[in-house]
Amino acid sequence: MTLSDHLPVAPVIVPAIVAPVTMLLMRRHRDIGRLLSLGGCAALLAAAIALFGVTQDDAIRSYALGAWPAPFGIVLVLDRLSATMLLAAATLAAVVLLHAIVTGADRKGWHFHALFHFQLLGINGAFLTGDLFNLFVFFEVLLIASYGLMLHGQGALRLKAGVAYVVVNIVGSALFLVALGLLYGLTATLNMADLAVRVATLGEEDQGLLRIAGLLLTAVFALKAAAVPLHLWLPRTYAATMPVVAALFAIMTKVGVYALIRTVPLIFGATAGAAAWVPAPWLLPSAILGAVVGFVGVLVARGMREQAAFAILASTGTLLMPVSMWREAALAAALYYMVQAIVAGAALFLVADATMRRRGQYADALVPSPRFAGQDAAGLSYLVAAIGTVGLPPLAGFVGKLSILDASFAGPGWPAIWSTILGTTLIGVVGFSRSGSSLFWKTAAPDAEAVAVVPRSRADFIAPALLLLLLGALSVCAGWAEAQTRATAAQVMAPERYVAAVLGTAR
Amino acid sequence: MTLEFLVASAIAMLVAGGIYLALRGRTFQVVLGLTLLSYAINLFLFAIGRLVVDRPPLWSADVTEHADPLPQALVLTAIVITFGMTALTIILSLRSYLESGSDQVDGDRDDAA
Repeated sequence: MTLSDHLPVAPVIVPAIVAPVTMLLMRRHRDIGRLLSLGGCAALLAAAIALFGVTQDDAIRSYALGAWPAPFGIVLVLDRLSATMLLAAATLAAVVLLHAIVTGADRKGWHFHALFHFQLLGINGAFLTGDLFNLFVFFEVLLIASYGLMLHGQGALRLKAGVAYVVVNIVGSALFLVALGLLYGLTATLNMADLAVRVATLGEEDQGLLRIAGLLLTAVFALKAAAVPLHLWLPRTYAATMPVVAALFAIMTKVGVYALIRTVPLIFGATAGAAAWVPAPWLLPSAILGAVVGFVGVLVARGMREQAAFAILASTGTLLMPVSMWREAALAAALYYMVQAIVAGAALFLVADATMRRRGQYADALVPSPRFAGQDAAGLSYLVAAIGTVGLPPLAGFVGKLSILDASFAGPGWPAIWSTILGTTLIGVVGFSRSGSSLFWKTAAPDAEAVAVVPRSRADFIAPALLLLLLGALSVCAGWAEAQTRATAAQVMAPERYVAAVLGTAR
Repeated sequence: MTLEFLVASAIAMLVAGGIYLALRGRTFQVVLGLTLLSYAINLFLFAIGRLVVDRPPLWSADVTEHADPLPQALVLTAIVITFGMTALTIILSLRSYLESGSDQVDGDRDDAA
């Protein structure tokens, strides 16, 4: 085996090494620790790009940890889907870390960098693992790190929201374990490829339990993805936490969607008997409600962070609509939308951060304030981020929504999907124009206090601008990206190739 | 009464108590509820390897009947994780109580109670 054969394990190993070392370094040598943390992110990005390149030959690679063969040992599986998600995570992480260092958000506590890398460890592991129990473990790793990050910077409000967030996720993990227990009891395996084989051979009497296991698993992933009605934890948590952290969390809900896309076609696919496509009838209504609740939340939010949190909710809803059809073309459109939604959601949080830093005591409240330093730059980036989030031309959100509409046209539920997407987009436009005009256009009442904040450097616009540029690049290269996501969807919807790659039968 | 019935009803009672407590409004009860719930889950995971008595989980040439070792490994991991999580919840609710002066999960103080 050459070194490049070991590359799939790099996204897990690199943060696992960087995190503890930065924790040690931050005690005495803060700048070296910070540099190492950035270096770790750069290495991760390089590895993700390399892995993305590797998967271009359309082969699915399985990496057996400790060289134990698949159904017995633990495997990492690298295919187009995991490589795309790794690349999105690494890019987002690099930009967010840059923003945290530039704005000094990482200085509000000792362990920001260590927690950040542990979070990346969990996210990358969840994307790579080919084993359901390890998916649970990596979920726990990313959740535990997220608890730490969410509470970073302290404050009573944050602690209150933190308790609710932690409790909800512990209950979610408990449900996850029940689903795993049921699946293991039925099939005596937890390797996803092996599960796919054994589920197809289950007898008639076990189909009921299998359906329950499938629905429980769906419920857990829907909770992580904040699908309605399991979304109530999200707006409060994301609005209470630091915007930089919330920007990183923009990918966390998508980890839940990823887990759905990974497990359902593979384990509960066409061959699963009575449990075939078991979440499908529940997912579409939940997605429609999610898009409506999210965009209505955008309309009625009182703060920029709350609004951004609802925008993330809305994007998850919009994303789950095509996913719930479980057809190749719809899935391809969904994947494109997912990548751009991660970038747009994070950009909205970072723009909110840069804006509220300049507004002094007005912070992120959606009320008119006297003119503040850098208002034009903030307003312009807010406009672009809002366009990206709502999905207006010319940015990638529009392309994504258009291809979702196009791909869903052939399916049975298309009138519902069309009316939801078009209607919610309108609500979103109204919501963002309302908040944008009161933030940047309206003049404050004459007796309002002036903004009490010293003008700062414009460096905190770098990271949001990078994300917005990325959004622009995604729109310019839409053709290439669509070709990529189409190939990815084809791979996902052909689970027999995944099984063959992992179990090594007939390559 | 069979062993299966006893274990199943024990799990059911733990789950019922756990859910009831986890839905309460004060953090202490919620933490207790989560603990009960995690006990129930651990028992459940144990039971998925089928309930058998006096069988070793390790392979050896002269043993023909084994207990399934994997659920025990799963439970071990699950115990470690839930133990850490419970500790975190306790610390978190304590800090939240000290900073906000109320142990209500949902923020507002319940003066009537």
